[in-house]
Amino acid sequence: MIGINHYLTLAAILFTISIMGLLLNRKNIIIILMSIELMLLAVNFNFIAFSSFLNDSAGQIFVFFTLTVAAAEAAVGLAILILLFRNLRSINVKDMDKLKG
Amino acid sequence: MTGISIYLTIILAPLITSITTGIFGVKLGKTFSHSFTILGVLIATICSYIVLYQVQIEHHVYNGALYTWLTVGTQTISVGILIDTLTSIMLVVVTSVSLMVHIYTIGYMAHEEGYERFFSYISLFTFMMIMLVTSNNFVQLFFGWEGVGLVSYLLIGFYYKKESAIFANLKAFLINRIGDLGFLLGIALVFMYCGSLYYTDVFAKLHTIRFDILFGTNWNIITVMCILLFIGAMGKSAQFPLHVWLPDSMEGPTPISALIHAATMVTAGIFMVARLSPMYNLSETALSVIIYAGGINCFFLGILGIIQNDIKRVVAYSTLSQLGYMTVALGCGAYSVAIFHLMTHAFFKGLLFLAAGSVIVAMHHEQDMRKMGGLAKYMPVTYITMLIGSLAVVGIPPFAGFFSKDMILSSAVIAYHNHIPGASFAVFTTYASIFITALYSFRLLFMTFHGKERFLDESHHHNHEDNKHHASHKPRESPFVITLPLVLMAIPSIIVGGLCLIGFVTGKFVFGSVFNVSWIVNGFKEEAPSAIEMIKESVIHLPLYIGLSGLLVAYIFYKNPNISNKFVQSIKPIYNILDKKYYMDDLYIKVLMPCGRILGKFLWNIGDIFIIDGLLVNGSANLINRYSKILRKIQNGFINSYAIFMIFGVIIMLTFCTNLIFG
Amino acid sequence: MITNLLFYIFATILISSAICVIVVKNPVHSVLYLVLTFVTSSCLWMMLKAEFLSLALIVIYVGAVMVLFLFVVMMLDIDSENIKEGFFANLPLAITVGVIVLGEIIIALYGRPIITENINNINQNISNANQLGFELYTHYSYPVELASIILLLGLVIAVALTLQKTDKKAKYQNINKQVMVNSKDRLVLLDIKNNTAVDINDGANK
Repeated sequence: MIGINHYLTLAAILFTISIMGLLLNRKNIIIILMSIELMLLAVNFNFIAFSSFLNDSAGQIFVFFTLTVAAAEAAVGLAILILLFRNLRSINVKDMDKLKG
Repeated sequence: MTGISIYLTIILAPLITSITTGIFGVKLGKTFSHSFTILGVLIATICSYIVLYQVQIEHHVYNGALYTWLTVGTQTISVGILIDTLTSIMLVVVTSVSLMVHIYTIGYMAHEEGYERFFSYISLFTFMMIMLVTSNNFVQLFFGWEGVGLVSYLLIGFYYKKESAIFANLKAFLINRIGDLGFLLGIALVFMYCGSLYYTDVFAKLHTIRFDILFGTNWNIITVMCILLFIGAMGKSAQFPLHVWLPDSMEGPTPISALIHAATMVTAGIFMVARLSPMYNLSETALSVIIYAGGINCFFLGILGIIQNDIKRVVAYSTLSQLGYMTVALGCGAYSVAIFHLMTHAFFKGLLFLAAGSVIVAMHHEQDMRKMGGLAKYMPVTYITMLIGSLAVVGIPPFAGFFSKDMILSSAVIAYHNHIPGASFAVFTTYASIFITALYSFRLLFMTFHGKERFLDESHHHNHEDNKHHASHKPRESPFVITLPLVLMAIPSIIVGGLCLIGFVTGKFVFGSVFNVSWIVNGFKEEAPSAIEMIKESVIHLPLYIGLSGLLVAYIFYKNPNISNKFVQSIKPIYNILDKKYYMDDLYIKVLMPCGRILGKFLWNIGDIFIIDGLLVNGSANLINRYSKILRKIQNGFINSYAIFMIFGVIIMLTFCTNLIFG
Repeated sequence: MITNLLFYIFATILISSAICVIVVKNPVHSVLYLVLTFVTSSCLWMMLKAEFLSLALIVIYVGAVMVLFLFVVMMLDIDSENIKEGFFANLPLAITVGVIVLGEIIIALYGRPIITENINNINQNISNANQLGFELYTHYSYPVELASIILLLGLVIAVALTLQKTDKKAKYQNINKQVMVNSKDRLVLLDIKNNTAVDINDGANK
């Protein structure tokens, strides 16, 4: 029988993959954005698993809000990305070091 | 009007008038300034008399907080009011003298620059003094204490374009700082050992710490507290060796010499010791210190008055001497007697100063007595009132000074009989001072009001130098606004002593707030004189004759200047010492000041520039600069590296969480 | 048994597609793998009886967000050859971090008592969407309002950021004017005498 730990482990693996995605892709900022989406997905996985197994709909409600915020975040993130590309002609992370102190 | 509203009126009326006059005075004009401030003080005075009635007759005592200023831990510091017998008397003295001085100022300052400013200051002073006497805790006492000091500073330097005035006010301020240091340390010690700053709490706690010793020493804690607090009183009440500022403070206008430097502010120290009498009663050592300080003031500083030629300085040294009397009374444990003398002194010394000011006005701001003389016929009111004041200060019955001073002499004798250390010294100095007092008082009177009209030579001398019309000005009696306060002050200078004698000797007038030492209580029980009896008995007592002999000597010297000159010649070395005021100023300026300067330079170079600026301020900045140069390499601007740091943070948090779960 | 099998199948697809998202060279492929990931997880959510959210995931993510990603990726001219440069240089670090994170999560997971409650306990009488909707519009009505404001903000921000301001340099045609024009406006005949200057506006204003 598939228990909650199976789902949680799956979410953990997903999370780890997304972290590795963050670290591996030093060039493409779009991949980084996608990794963040993956990360959110992993978290949502946890919420839904707990919600189901604890028989409490609050977790699913939370996922609902997470999805909302994630959608907004994706929209804004991509808008910024376009702006960046328009100004820098590149989406290479290496070129984005304006924060350097 | 009852209760707290009347107390608030007393406190706030002078403050409101002061602020209004201070800010808008110049716009609103001179008439408004003086009438408004006088109105404020008048209201305060009337209310003070009502309070006096309530407290003394109806026994309506109040002790409460008006407003909580701050709370630290369990301690609260509040603006509180303590209205008891002592406060009610002080309020009456302060507001009455202040009212007189306000009225007098109209005449005295009429043609001075900064007229409105002056009124604002003296109203502010009245407010501060009222805060001082009505406080129910040490913090507010200190506030009032510093407040009157500040106003004193401002007023001594009132003629801020005059260099000597600036010197004098700085001197007064700095010398007072020495005293205040002691005072603050005393307050800190009280707080440390009693855990509270309210008088009632402190007095309740005293018996439990009675035999405690100061940390690290074997000194009795209460003695240390008392002496430190008394150092504060020494600064404020001009006790030797912190007296040097008072004679110089005469640079200020005469009304404030009367109000601040004679009648009220300088007696703040006396008031404070009387207020803390339950504390001082527990320390005989502190009382002895006070006796010695008072004795020195009373006699040695009184002597200096004899050789002064500046009319105001003579009165100033007289003030020092009389403050010494009060201090002796405090030291003997006869606090009520000290307050008695404080009260009579406020009236007659205020009167003397105001009269001196009247003379100064008539002489066109000439203060040198050698250029006066024969003024009696020109200014009869001033002469008579000054005579009354002088008789009062010498202690000729039945003037006010006689009773209070005689009580101080009795206290000293009682203390002597009880073998209090220093009492014998006090007995000698107080008796000897009567002679001195009579000598300088009547010397002043004779030089100013009798004899040759020396100012005529002076103005004649001026005559063919610059302005001719100056000579035609004979001195005239001062205007009504000046003579009225003189007369009004002369009346209490005559009667207040006899009226209040019993009340103060038995301690009834200050019942419940001032506690005389047991030997004084017992001593006065045995004697318990009444006013009439005292006057009768004075004929067979020594002090009267000492006073009269002083008067006689003054008369002889005045009649035969040769004798005085010869006498001065014969004691030339002593005269020189006196002329230099025991070299006290030199001690301060030539010895203490360079030492202070060296210490200051050392602290400045080592403490400030090297340690604080070099090591702490710039050093810490340099340190941060140096390390931030290394740390800024981490901030390379790449989002990935920030993400990595974040991930490491998450890892650490996760580790922590798993530990929590397993732990 | 069949659910177990389904779970393992979906889990395998999920993990492999997620790995593909981060390793493939072409960003367009990446996005497509991400779509696959989302669809698979939607299926898994369905197995967890979260029907509404699993459908919402497909509608919102796959339908909207991923298409947006795809548009952006395609719109931007990305050099896909260089894009994976330095990939292997970062691999050791990434693997180390990944192992640590995964290890710790697994330790955290199995170090505590396992919830054994059955999935079937959820009330079967009310549909998942009904239940969620009831909760959302009663207990969570204020957060829903907030979420709507956040979405609106996202919309406004996205537009505001990417809006190309039509400044003066931009050239555009006014169709109205073009249609309304006639030959007189365009062609002016002037008699120009020898050696004289002519103001062009003279003709235009006639």
